[in-house]
Amino acid sequence: MKFVIPEIAPALPEIFVFSMACAILVLDLFLSDRLRVISYWFTQLTLLGAALLTFKIMSDAPVHTFSNMFVADRLADLLKLGTYVITFFVFVYSRDYLRDRGMFRGEYYVLGLLGVVGMMIMASASHFLTLYLGLELLSLSLYAMVAFQRDSAVATEAAMKYFVLGAIASGMLLYGMSMLYGVTGNLEIAAVARSIAKMPADNIILIFGLVFVIAGLAFKVGAVPFHMWVPDVYHGAPTSVTLYIGTAPKLAAFALFIRLLVGGLEPLSGSWQSMLVIIALLSMAIGNIIAIAQDNIKRMLAYSSISHMGFFLLGILSAGPNGYGSSLFYILIYAIMSAGSFGMIILLSRAGFEAERLEDFKGLNQRSPWHALFMMLLMLSMAGVPPTAGFYAKLLVIQSVIQANMIPLAVAAVLLAVIGAYYYLRVIKLMYFDDATEHSPIRANWDMQVMIGFNALLLVGILPWIGALMELCRVAIRSLS
Amino acid sequence: MLDHLLSLVIFLPILGGVAVLATGGDRQADYARQISLAVAALTFLATLPLYSGYNTGTHSMQFMEDYAWIEAFHVRYRLGIDGISLLLILLTSFSTVLVVISAWRVIDTKVAQYHAAFLIMEGLMIGVFSALDGILFYVFWEAMLVPMFLIIGLWGGPNRVYATVKFFLYTFLGSVLMLVAFIYLYFKAGSFDILAWHDLKLGLNEQILIFFAFFAAFAVKVPMWPVHTWLPDAHVEAPTGGSVILAAIMLKMGAYGYLRFSLPILPDASHELAWLMISLSLIAVIYIGLVALVQDDMKKLIAYSSIAHMGFVTLGFFIFNVQGIEGGIVQMISHGFVSGALFLCVGVMYDRLHSRMIKDYGGVANRMPIFASFMMLFALANAGLPGTSGFVGEFLVILGAFQVNVWYAVAAATTLVFGAAYTLWMYKRVLFGEVANEQVEKLTDATPREIVFLSLLAFVVLLMGLWPFPFLDVMHASVDHLLQQAMTSKL
Repeated sequence: MKFVIPEIAPALPEIFVFSMACAILVLDLFLSDRLRVISYWFTQLTLLGAALLTFKIMSDAPVHTFSNMFVADRLADLLKLGTYVITFFVFVYSRDYLRDRGMFRGEYYVLGLLGVVGMMIMASASHFLTLYLGLELLSLSLYAMVAFQRDSAVATEAAMKYFVLGAIASGMLLYGMSMLYGVTGNLEIAAVARSIAKMPADNIILIFGLVFVIAGLAFKVGAVPFHMWVPDVYHGAPTSVTLYIGTAPKLAAFALFIRLLVGGLEPLSGSWQSMLVIIALLSMAIGNIIAIAQDNIKRMLAYSSISHMGFFLLGILSAGPNGYGSSLFYILIYAIMSAGSFGMIILLSRAGFEAERLEDFKGLNQRSPWHALFMMLLMLSMAGVPPTAGFYAKLLVIQSVIQANMIPLAVAAVLLAVIGAYYYLRVIKLMYFDDATEHSPIRANWDMQVMIGFNALLLVGILPWIGALMELCRVAIRSLS
Repeated sequence: MLDHLLSLVIFLPILGGVAVLATGGDRQADYARQISLAVAALTFLATLPLYSGYNTGTHSMQFMEDYAWIEAFHVRYRLGIDGISLLLILLTSFSTVLVVISAWRVIDTKVAQYHAAFLIMEGLMIGVFSALDGILFYVFWEAMLVPMFLIIGLWGGPNRVYATVKFFLYTFLGSVLMLVAFIYLYFKAGSFDILAWHDLKLGLNEQILIFFAFFAAFAVKVPMWPVHTWLPDAHVEAPTGGSVILAAIMLKMGAYGYLRFSLPILPDASHELAWLMISLSLIAVIYIGLVALVQDDMKKLIAYSSIAHMGFVTLGFFIFNVQGIEGGIVQMISHGFVSGALFLCVGVMYDRLHSRMIKDYGGVANRMPIFASFMMLFALANAGLPGTSGFVGEFLVILGAFQVNVWYAVAAATTLVFGAAYTLWMYKRVLFGEVANEQVEKLTDATPREIVFLSLLAFVVLLMGLWPFPFLDVMHASVDHLLQQAMTSKL
């Protein structure tokens, strides 16, 4: 038997990040608490290096390797770059938070990097196995990160829930994949698509498998009716971990959807379209309405994330390059907004104090007008009010829904977005119209201050280039076919 | 420079607003005031060349700017004005100067934020009136809600939070449906170019659905009965400057929407549903006029009077003749000045007595004679006295209504009675009679600063009433063209 060494160049970024994660794990053992910040800097350098490598291997045509299990195309590149940037922000925001709470350990960064590797593999997967491998690598890192605050009962409970429900979801996904394998005799996504195209679309086993796959996917992104874990995990996890979960993994979730549903099951789009319509509508409705009743901002943002996932699914279900492109754009913008919002919560928290309740935002305008302005921009963007980037994201998705000739769905979506605007406005109301209950100045390191300002102002400052960003998303989607 | 005049008048106040914001806390309040006055005045001066350079002989868009913005989506940065938008832009830049002056001594907390919000809003409003691309229009249209939301919520009265959230959600709800209609039109026409939409063929059913989507946005903004309920709340709670901008300009945006979108894009639906629009307008004129009569809060009274006057405007638009439309536009501009002036007058009294209730006043004229004469003029203009700006618009609209249906005209003409009744009765109770209580006794007459903005307004109100030609002249060609579009069936 001849053993061919596969081309490893397209997977260099993954290999690099993974090796660095291992290296940091060992290095951290030799660092005293005072020098722990070195692990942090190495982690950030890893992300930077990965970005450079990704730029270096970037090519116009998709490159397949590892016997077609792995692909490096424009979409993967864009998602990976997005992941590095977002994760970079996440690590900056969480550094002092972790230090204040005695969680500033190398493991956090190692797990974070391993999660990043998982997301990168998902972005580049062209085979059910690689996809699943990436997903599990990410999920296992996340379970451990949620439980990172060992002596917190809430966090442990959240981790337990997350683990059990996540395992069920993975099981469903695997079960669905095994059915697809049973029907098509193939695990390679493109080959699966080819053989499905030749079959009648109402093949009962195919549909059965599809239902399980969709359920698994909906679990992973936290869409209704598989959303139960989201509020508990967002609420229970340390805020720095919520920040991590709520941002970059959403990009990976997009990869999951696009690789599985579009890459592999597009011939069945008629079937999954109608399933996603229900999931999307329910997510937007339940997410937006229940968010109104929350008084904990992390829970509120959790429900808000459910509704955003509904909106994101609208793009996917419009089934067409335009729709996928709009979803990609939406999820990128969402990751930026979400990073900023959780970053603001971290900024307001201090040692021994979690700014978790909505009341903690009271009178922020009196305490610090700039931070209130940043938070206002983030909330407006979440609500989709022009001229913030969130509006263009919603606009693009609605446009693709209308293009798919589902106007009633588009009308329902915008009306639900108006309902959603209420609870974002409430945050602005608290910050601007209510009197502060405490007046301690807001302290944070300069890098955090700069980054959060940049993050929030980006939502408006990106306006002249928003067309270019949309074009990037379209190009990425076009590289699929 | 002239090529980018519109961009200049949009972004000068916005950037000026950011600069004002950067002056920081209230210790630098005076800088904030001075910079904002300078920016507002410069913007007003910069809008003047729009008027002097405007070619009245043509209906085509002028001062056009056209750049690629979101190419993937055929969204362009496209600006241009016709005679109608020109007048509204002038109204906007003029009102903003007044608002800045009127806030000079009155606003003493978060001064920088207050002025910044108004300047940013000015730029956005001018953007609304000059955008020729659907998405660009929508961005300006919606973005404006944010500063207004903050203005009412931060500097408003006791019930401000309720009022401002209601204001925001109400208008947001109306606009999102318009956005869906815009995107639908985009797929029909292949671009977001509003002028291309004007020539787009559309079936009657499509037109009617789109008409209702537009109606949701514009009727809320105008506001037309029965979706007017946000306005009295917002007006009563807003600070004086907020009320002025709301009444003088924001309401006009809804009416402008009808002129720019509904009539030319959907002529057949507009004719088909004219009965509805005329009925709603007449209900506003008569019913809301009666409601205004029984108010005991001055601001609420003027707010209801605004709804009634705007009913006149929409009535003029949907009777489809030159007098109606021109009358409606003149009424829009005139109402901008008159209602703004009345709100400023109430503000002048409120600053002294901290009450808006009619019963807390009485005999003010004895203590504030100069102020009383100014307010007399504005009250009469509100009632539509010949020789003031209020008369021209109402007269033209009634004239136009007569040509369509005598009963429309008769119903509309009741406004002359009701308008006079509620305005003058309020005037009588507040200004005349014996000095009602010792607080009124202590009132002092208008300060030079107040006299400045009141006389500026008085000048314009009289100018429009006595010599309306400069106002009618610029819009004539545009109105003719609009009417022609509205009368040409697309079926």
